[in-house]
This record gives sequence, C-alpha cells and structure tokens, in this order.
Amino acid sequence: MGGTSIAAEPPVPGAPQVAEPGRLRRYAVAGAFLAPAFVLLGVWILYPAIYTIVRSFFGQSGFDDFAGIDNYKTLFSTSAITTAIKNNAIWVAIVPALITALGLIFAVLTEKVSWAVAFKTVVFMPMAISLFAAGVIWRIMDRQEPQLGTVNAFVQVFHDMFHPPGALSDAVPSTTNVSGSTTEGFVLRKPLGAGGVALLGVTAIPPTDVPKSAVQAVAPKADPHGITGVVWRDFKPGGGTPGKVESQELGLPGVKVELRDSSGKTVQSATTASNGTFAFKDVPSGQYRAAIGASTFAKPFGGVSWLGSQLITPAIIIAYIWVWAGFAMVVIAAGLAAIPRDVLEAARTDGAGEWQVFRRVTVPLLAPVLSVVFITMIINVLKVFDIVLSVAPESSQADANVIALAMWRTAFTQFDFGLGSAIAVFLFVLVVPVLALNVRRFRREV
Amino acid sequence: MSTITADAGRPVVLEESVAAKILRVVGKTPVHIFLVAIGLLWLVPTLGLLVVSILAPQSFTELGWWKIFAHPSLATWQNYHEIFQNHQITSSLVTTLEIAVGGTVLPIIIAALAGYAFAWLDFPGRDWLFVVVIGLLVVPLQMALIPIFKLYNTLHLYGNVFGLILFHTAFGLPFAVFLLRNFFVGIPKDILESARIDGASEARIFLRLILPLGLPAIASLAIFQFLWTWNDLLVALVFGGNTRPITVAIFTQLRSFSANIDIIAPAAFISLAIPLAVFFAFQRYFVQGLLAGSVK
Repeated sequence: MGGTSIAAEPPVPGAPQVAEPGRLRRYAVAGAFLAPAFVLLGVWILYPAIYTIVRSFFGQSGFDDFAGIDNYKTLFSTSAITTAIKNNAIWVAIVPALITALGLIFAVLTEKVSWAVAFKTVVFMPMAISLFAAGVIWRIMDRQEPQLGTVNAFVQVFHDMFHPPGALSDAVPSTTNVSGSTTEGFVLRKPLGAGGVALLGVTAIPPTDVPKSAVQAVAPKADPHGITGVVWRDFKPGGGTPGKVESQELGLPGVKVELRDSSGKTVQSATTASNGTFAFKDVPSGQYRAAIGASTFAKPFGGVSWLGSQLITPAIIIAYIWVWAGFAMVVIAAGLAAIPRDVLEAARTDGAGEWQVFRRVTVPLLAPVLSVVFITMIINVLKVFDIVLSVAPESSQADANVIALAMWRTAFTQFDFGLGSAIAVFLFVLVVPVLALNVRRFRREV
Repeated sequence: MSTITADAGRPVVLEESVAAKILRVVGKTPVHIFLVAIGLLWLVPTLGLLVVSILAPQSFTELGWWKIFAHPSLATWQNYHEIFQNHQITSSLVTTLEIAVGGTVLPIIIAALAGYAFAWLDFPGRDWLFVVVIGLLVVPLQMALIPIFKLYNTLHLYGNVFGLILFHTAFGLPFAVFLLRNFFVGIPKDILESARIDGASEARIFLRLILPLGLPAIASLAIFQFLWTWNDLLVALVFGGNTRPITVAIFTQLRSFSANIDIIAPAAFISLAIPLAVFFAFQRYFVQGLLAGSVK
C-alpha cells in the first residue's frame, strides 16, 4: 500500500513509525474493522477474478494444457456463443433506450395526475419479483393459442378487426355441381337467371366448425324476380343423397354468398340465415353465377408463436421491460422532482408549450439522471440470465441464448472451464468500460 | 349602474373559471386513460399467475385463466394444499429463507464495520482503498463462478447454505460499503468527537452511535440484499447442489411446463409473494436505496 504519502496527516520527518504506539493502535483498530470485508473481497472476488483471467488461457483439462488464445478463438467461432453475442447486442441496442424512454414518459405523465402514487406502485411492483419468476409469469402470458395465452388473446382482438375469421375454415363441395376450393371460393357451375335456385352443398366440415346457431337446412322456394338458394352441410349421418337437402342436414349461417355477372363482377351479395338460405332480390335479366367467397374460409387467428424460435428474444425482452420500466420511472421521477418548479414556470410564462418545455427544459435538465438509468440498464442487460431460462422453453433456448447463459452452460453443463472462463472474461471486458462511467460518478459523490 | 356592472361581471368570471376547469380536466383525460391502460397492463400478468395457481391443471390446458371470472367455481385450493405437502417445495422455501436472512445480515454487519472505518477512522491509503472496493463493483459474478466452484469442492462448501451466503455476502459488499460509508460520513462529527473524548472505545461508538444513527441506510440495504438473495437463481444453480432454493426448485420443473403447472404456478406465486410483502412494507427504504446508487 503506497498510500502513506497521501495520508491525512503527513508523517513527521525522521520520526520512526514504531515510536508512535497511539497511531499504530489506531491502525490496528481500523484493520480490525476492515479485515472481514477485505478477506471476503479478496477470497471471493479478487482472487477468483485473477484466477479466471489466467484460466481462460488454458484448455479444458486444466493448467497443464496451455492454450494461448485458443479459447477466445473458439468463443468467436462456436455458433451457440456467437448467437449469444448477437442476441446480447440486440438487447443492448434496444432495451436500455426503450426502458429509459418509458421511464421518462411514465415519470412525466404521473406528475399530471393525482393518483401518481398508486400508478407508480403498480408499475414498480415487478422490481421486487425475481426475474426468474417474472419469466414464469410471461411464459404463461405468451402461450400461443389465443384462447389460452393472454398476449395472443389481446392480439386477436386487433387481428379480427382487420382480418375477421370466416364462418367456415374448412370445407369441400359435396357434388361436382360446385367447383373451387377454400382458397379461391366455391362457384356453382350452372349459370342462373331470375327464378333460379342455387343449391350450394358443402361437406367435410368438422362438427366444431359448424356455427352454433345452425338449424335444419331448408330448400328455398324459387322467386320469379330473384335468385334464391341455400348453403348447407350436405352430410347426413348414416348416408344420404349428395346435392339434396335432407332432414338432419344443417344450414350454414353467416356464409357470404356473392352473385357474379358474366364478367365475374360481384353484383349482389347476401348472408345466409340460420337455416342456410339466402336470397338475391330483383335480379335483372341475364345469366349469373352464385359463389361463396374465399373470405368465408378465412382461417381464424392461430396465435403468434411468441415462444417459438423466431420471436423468443422479443418475447423475453417484453417480459424484461415489464420488470425494469418501474425502476427507470422511479429514478427519473426523483430527478424530475428535483428540478426547480420556477424554471419550468418561467418557460411557460415565456409562452413555451408543454412539448417545448419538455423538449427544451425538462429533458436537458434530466440528462444526468437519464444517463444513469441508461448506463445501469446496459450493465443489467449485458448480464441478463434468469429470465431467459424461465421464459424460453427448452426448444427455443438455443435461439434465445445470451452471454451469461452461454457461460453457465459451457462451464457447468459441459464443464469446459477454459472456454467458460474466456466467456466470463469477455463479459467482464464488456461491462468494465460501462461501469467505469458509473464509478466515476460514485467518486464525484465521495 | 355600478350594481349592474358587478352583477354582469361576476357570472362572466365564474363561467371562465368553470370553462377553464372543464378544459383542464378534459385535456388530461387522454393522460388518465393512457395511465390506466398502462397500469392494467402492468397488473394483469401477476394477476394471471395468481389465477393460474388456483386452477386445476386440466383447466390450465383447456381454458384461458380469465375464464375464472365467468366461472368462479373453477377456483380450487388443491394446488396450494398439495404444495405444502410437497417436501421438496417446503424444504426449498426454508432454504431460500436461510440464504436470504444470512445473505442480508452478514453483509450488513461486515459492510457497516468497513463503512465506519472508511468514514471515521484514520489510516494510510484510506480513500485509495475505498475506491478499490467500489471498483470491485465492476467484476461480474460470472468471473468468480469457476474458481469458487473449485474452492467449494475442496472446502466441502458445495451444496452448503453457508457457501451460498458467503458468496452473496462478498458480491453484496462493494455496494453495501459504498452506501453505508457515504451515509456514516454524514453523521455530525461533534457526536463522535464528544464520545471519543468521553473515552468510548471505537467498538462502543460503532455499536451505540453509528449503528442506531445509520439505521435508515441499513434498512434500505437490508431490503436490497434480502430481495437480491431471495430472488437469486444463478448462484444457487452453480453452488447449491441438492441445497435448492425455491427458484432452483421451480427451475427443475420447467422442462414439462404444462404438466407441472400445478406445482410451478403456486410455487412461483409463493416465491414472489414474500418479496412483494417486503416491498410493500418497506417501499420507502427500497426507493431510497435505489436512488442512493443504482448499480448492482
């Protein structure tokens, strides 16, 4: 310890240290107070850090197997680890900025409502929960089937607004009188004029697909001025005649039927009733074709595969933001509270709008706090681990890999301590410059 | 004439203020709606876990959890009843508590001692050493996993609660020393000086003055350490062996998520109910600690 020269009391020149028992005693007392901390820091942090750095230059079998920088080469050429590095890069690029922005928005907006405390408590609450348990929660939220997974149930509401599901998702024509498929729609082969009746029999509909309101199908009466018809499930348990409406055969309600003229243009459309019947009234003379449009067979929303290999990282990121946004909000709100009100008021009296006050006064004054949140989040994101293990099912964990997870797997499931050490050192090297910024801030405060 | 002016003037002023008030409230409506929506978004996931934890496993595979609001009879205490009979889970809860209590008390004692020395005792290289201690915040715990794993195997601390507590203590120290030293420095010098003049030993000053006066900082630190150690997965996964805290116990069930949901969901809910209770009870200290330095 070469610190004597900057000690608070400069030593008296020439005075032997031993001659001052009072000072020595004081040092001994200080030593006694510091010893437990220094033993722990030395044995559990300092020594291991040095060991890990040295160990990273040796192979899997131990210190008799010097490997030079081979482990680092392996690190950048093993696909599992490069995937982890790529994913961590995505994390760092997206998450700290998003969390800081959300925290800022929440902090500024809560200032405008009287129930700010309640809001802050709710958003901050996930901070107390382990990232691991938060991951379990989101794994439940992220289930694929919209009737099971909350996120997809939510997405379905919007999906159905723009792409409503058809009345039927699967069917085939029951006779050759009707042609087509579920992707292009079904068309009655025979053209019809006024007074014609269109029998659009379809089959191969699973019972679960039959709309609940369906009742016994009815063969429609002809209308001399229009075209009538029926869409029905042309399937009679125990056999029947295809193309004929029989008892026990159900009408298919809610099916959109189009009437097309000879050029293929839709001139009228109708929706079937619960007995399957439909009618086009006042059809001008000419030949028409009745058709069931493809939209009737539009598949219902099957759910976004959040936990599949494609979207697993975004899914974990959503869960992570849910946990950490509250942290950003609370820290930024504290910074906001420290801004003198009169500065903001002065800007307002000078005629600045709310947005201008936010953009030109609040954000610049908050810059130090925002950077603290941002830097803290970069460090946290670099070390992300638990939440990946709990959100990602085993099948997509390889796609969700991150550096800390790769380190654990390499060292403690494959027991390659050389490569594992190299990954740890790599993580260390990434964290140091970021945290050094924060430590500088600490020193300023000291 | 004057009375008319006054009468005419009053309602105008009143009208303006009412209009301004309405405008202000209406202007804020989008903010209220937005914040309510965000608040719900933040509440729903935890509520979902709570509901899933009281559903029979077959309900979980067939229905969305929100169906419980239409069919309250789906709720059952069976999962919780079974989980408290499940020896693995109950013993893991005890283990978690041991780790969290030990991992909170030990670093606070050690950091308070060191923090006092850094704040009020005089020795060569004091400031320099303090910077070194803070500098150790830079070291991610991944850097220690491999050597400590080897060390614990040699010392038979692998699979031992005490080994886990010591690891948490060491990695909690840099932040704890930083926080407490900075708090202790703020204690008025006169109090300490007069105690010293009265002949009180440093140990006595530490116990009788510093610890009671430092209680607010110690409380924030305690909550932090408690949550940190209660919520840990990685350290226990590496050194715990068969000594499993609740996070590791749940982790071992994750492989067949849907099949084990009757264990996973209630266990996860219990594991987060305790930190949540701590959070709600001591929210003020938690936020204080967070603001004092947000690095871990």
